[in-house]
Amino acid sequence: MLNARGLACRRGRRTLFRGLDMQLRPGSITWLRGTNGSGKTSLMRILAGLSAASEGELKWRDGAGRQLIYIGHSNALKDDLTLGEALAFLARLQGLDDADSLARQALGRLGLASRREQAVRTLSQGQRRRGALARLALDDETPRTWILDEPYDALDRDSMTMLSRLIEAHAARGGTVLLTSHQAVDLAGASEFDLEPWRAA
Amino acid sequence: MTGLLWAVTKRDLLLARRRRVEALLPLGFFVVAAGLFPIAIGPEPNTLKLIGPGVAWVCALLAAMLSVTQMFASDHQDGSLEQMLLAAERLEWLVLGKVLAHWLSSGVPLVLASPLIGVLFDMQAQAIATLALSLMLGTPVLSLLGAVGAALTLGLRSGASLVFLLVLPLTVPTLIFGTGAVAAVDAGLSPQAHLSLQGALLLLTLLGAPLAAAAALRISLD
Repeated sequence: MLNARGLACRRGRRTLFRGLDMQLRPGSITWLRGTNGSGKTSLMRILAGLSAASEGELKWRDGAGRQLIYIGHSNALKDDLTLGEALAFLARLQGLDDADSLARQALGRLGLASRREQAVRTLSQGQRRRGALARLALDDETPRTWILDEPYDALDRDSMTMLSRLIEAHAARGGTVLLTSHQAVDLAGASEFDLEPWRAA
Repeated sequence: MTGLLWAVTKRDLLLARRRRVEALLPLGFFVVAAGLFPIAIGPEPNTLKLIGPGVAWVCALLAAMLSVTQMFASDHQDGSLEQMLLAAERLEWLVLGKVLAHWLSSGVPLVLASPLIGVLFDMQAQAIATLALSLMLGTPVLSLLGAVGAALTLGLRSGASLVFLLVLPLTVPTLIFGTGAVAAVDAGLSPQAHLSLQGALLLLTLLGAPLAAAAALRISLD
């Protein structure tokens, strides 16, 4: 799915990591580990195509790089839209037809059906996070790559379990998942990828 | 790809409708600023007729600049811009979608309000029609150039003031041909040459600005 070789990332004069090799295979769940400031978010942004690596090469299997879902620290939900409208817009960006009905179904799966007509600004932090994660439930057909930066942040215990089951089901369908989390998470079949060995001195 | 353009335009228009006060600020500024001139200068019809087109155009330009500085700021802040960047194979379409929404919500109201300003300055019917037409051709140029400035200064502190410095010099040709068209009508000449040049400027900006803004957005988000 993804083959990265010799990646390096610089932020100003500081090199975060160097010579990093990484492979992501279809159906795998990879938990990216590392201390604060080790470059987890930077690596994810490079893999998602939002930043350029200062060295190294990145190869996605044909078209897979354009089919990924990246959920960063920001939820990408507009405060002035309703949750349903905001999610439907993100569904359209993903190239999905019938975005409104898919958004309705996805919010139902994440337990947010009753919040669909509510403005995003009126929702709690955890509800917004769940609303952003509802993007993962929009389309079960395509085995996309999910790159999730701290997806468990602000979630309660039940929502954390629900997200873990969603991730496991996606991997079982042949999807690829790369995530970070500072909290201990229960994910069957997840392998860890530690960033420490690649950190620049 | 045009689907993405319409999705972005529709969403931005919906957001403008939800934030009516913010969306109508350029129109309010245009009407109030241009409306104050006759009061301050006095009711001498010849003077008003002479300065009318220039005042209307300068006020429209400043009004358009007022909102354009924030074209990408809120999407950048809440992470929407990242998602758009990931979705769009051709980011230029997305820029065009945002520019179209900006023009429809900020530029078109200026065009529609321009006859009122024309009446305030005692302009003749043909001059008023030319003013509206020149604004119709000129305001999209302002939105397009503003998008380049807003993309270049995205995430910078005091970005809004930098947009003014970057974009204002580029808008001068539009201003000259816009006011020139109305002045030509007042002098009994045809405004066609000025309007044609404005049309040419619009086409040129339409081709170049989305490319430049898209490149600037990629750099700003890196």
